[in-house]
Amino acid sequence: MSWFVIKGILRDRSRSLFPLVVVTVGVALAVFLDAYLRGAQDSIFAATARLATGHLRVVPRAQAELGNRYDFRFTLKDIDSLVSSLSQRYPEISWHPRFRFSGVIRSRKTGLPGMPFTGLGVDLNPEGSERKRLRLGQGLIAGGLPESGGAGLGFRLAQQLGVVPGDTVVIVTTRADGELMEIPLAVAGIIRFGVTALDRQLLVMDIGEVQTLLGAGHRATELLGFFQHGFYDDRRAVALARSFNLQPAGGEEQSAPVMQALRDAAGFGSLIELINSATGLVVFIFVLAMAVVLLNAGLLNSLRRYQEIGIRLALGETKLQVYGSLLSEAFFIGIAGSLLGTLLGLGVSWYLQTHGLDISGMMRNASVVMEDVLRARIAGRTFFIGFLPGLAATFAGSALAGLSIFRRSPARLTRELAE
Amino acid sequence: MLNMPDNNLIVETVELVKRYPMGRQELVALKGVSLRFCRGEFSGVIGPSGSGKTTLLNIIGTLDVPSSGSVRVLGETVERLSPAAAARLRSRHIGFVFQTFNLLPVYTAYENVEFPLLLLGMGAQERRRRVMAALEWVGLADRANSRPAQLSGGECQRVAIARAMVKEPALVLADEPTANLDAENSHHILETMQKLNQELGTTFIFSTHDDKVIGYLRRRIRLVDGRVAADETG
Ligand SMILES: Nc1ncnc2c1ncn2[C@@H]1O[C@H](COP(=O)(O)OP(=O)(O)OP(=O)(O)O)[C@@H](O)[C@H]1O
Ligand SMILES: [Mg+2]
Repeated sequence: MSWFVIKGILRDRSRSLFPLVVVTVGVALAVFLDAYLRGAQDSIFAATARLATGHLRVVPRAQAELGNRYDFRFTLKDIDSLVSSLSQRYPEISWHPRFRFSGVIRSRKTGLPGMPFTGLGVDLNPEGSERKRLRLGQGLIAGGLPESGGAGLGFRLAQQLGVVPGDTVVIVTTRADGELMEIPLAVAGIIRFGVTALDRQLLVMDIGEVQTLLGAGHRATELLGFFQHGFYDDRRAVALARSFNLQPAGGEEQSAPVMQALRDAAGFGSLIELINSATGLVVFIFVLAMAVVLLNAGLLNSLRRYQEIGIRLALGETKLQVYGSLLSEAFFIGIAGSLLGTLLGLGVSWYLQTHGLDISGMMRNASVVMEDVLRARIAGRTFFIGFLPGLAATFAGSALAGLSIFRRSPARLTRELAE
Repeated sequence: MLNMPDNNLIVETVELVKRYPMGRQELVALKGVSLRFCRGEFSGVIGPSGSGKTTLLNIIGTLDVPSSGSVRVLGETVERLSPAAAARLRSRHIGFVFQTFNLLPVYTAYENVEFPLLLLGMGAQERRRRVMAALEWVGLADRANSRPAQLSGGECQRVAIARAMVKEPALVLADEPTANLDAENSHHILETMQKLNQELGTTFIFSTHDDKVIGYLRRRIRLVDGRVAADETG
């Protein structure tokens, strides 16, 4: 009997083609949207993670309590042993200390008034991952990277100071012991970070040199953790941070390490909830719209097939059997459409995942810190986020439309059929 | 005829009344019809338009229920059957031939004839044998793979007869089966049905006001205004 139904679907295009197209398109959109939003989220988070917070961030308790405001006097002690114990405990994360400091910078040559800067000490070892993560190599406009002394300056900062590589700048900043001091620094290179705020303010140095200059050996203001697989996994990050904070090392001490997931470190909690519920909402709306369209198609279909259904009832098929065969038609169409749609959506998503879409033109004036190349990301959920709803919508549409069968009175059949 | 043994009785109506509500009044389509049909009859209900022929056939065919009175078809009391039981009775024992041929348009002649057997859950081999036999009865074995749109009206009606006959039902109800056919095709299908009646012993009840049909009938029941006005055999 189901072969009979399938033959009917295949031969009567008007019965199958429209619902099939609707399901395919709807499912493909839902699938693509899921991957696209995840990719967009990745790209917002990736930039923030690279430049500011990592996927996970360990900071001194005192700093954690300050929230987004930095106070660079709070540092983590014994950074090397902290890194090795964290690496052991969380092998899925790679850990990198950074040292932030701030102060005023001026040029020795021009004598222009000083301006505020933010200093960032990172591991500039050519074999290390921080260089790549901060895209220092790509961003270098002039000179070299300050791996063996000196500083790299954001290109707008250098412009305003009127300095070029080889010049000397002077920074005024606070040492670890609280003493304010002037430090002369050679300008090793000029860097374009691609984020306006950083280009205007940032000064990059090797973390070892920062520790020496500020008298803060074996210390760092923060320790950033990155998932080895490269993507921010919100649920996992939150769980790791929670488990770490449950066993406080160093008790209530100000410098005791506290772990934060990116969502908390960057204040992205509500953004993540928004994206998650937006995905859910959009998929829900698609499904609803699909179901309504399919319901209408189903209603038209039962009108168009009024006579056929009448004949079948007269020939001794029960209403339940006819209804069942309409549902199995919906099932076949739903399976085919959902499968096609999922494949189509995955295909487009996969393309955008591997090739990416360069949006740097659109992002030039944006204030969101976001990667220049937008990518989609397919996750486990992408495979069924369209499939099941597509099937359900087809089914629901036909199930509702088919109810009209039960209102038919067989007594009228012969008269209707005679018309 | 009156003293037929009961096991030969296939349809019996007792004081059948059918009323249709018409606004505040009501229309009485059948006003107490009592009839008995026996196995192997080739009979017809004849009468002017509106006399209640279709209504009577519908009730006998379990598509409708009487307002009062009683119908027994093949030992079942129709007015007491559930819709599902009525559907089962139709699918097993009653074949219908309609005025318009009413084939399923997306299926071939073969598949249209096969459909009632699928409903009965019959095995593939037995199905194939029966469908081909039925198409041969009506002389359309060579058109098995044609769709209704590719067949003439007469051919469609012959497929419809094959569809009604393929399960070898005890009873075939044919409501004005020749109304849409020309004389030649009318004679052709009537001869076909007459032959099946003789070879398989199937009971036929027609409704008609077509003289060509009336000429073939062995029993004519004249219905006038919802009442049996005459019932003649021979
Ligand atoms: N569903 C209905 N509602 C109201 N009246 C009906 C209904 N069905 C039939 N009738 C009326 O019942 C009467 C008998 O109708 P029926 O169809 O049985 O006549 P018929 O003898 O088959 O006529 P025809 O030769 O035109 O087919 C007619 O007056 C018809 O209008
Ligand atoms: Mg009629």
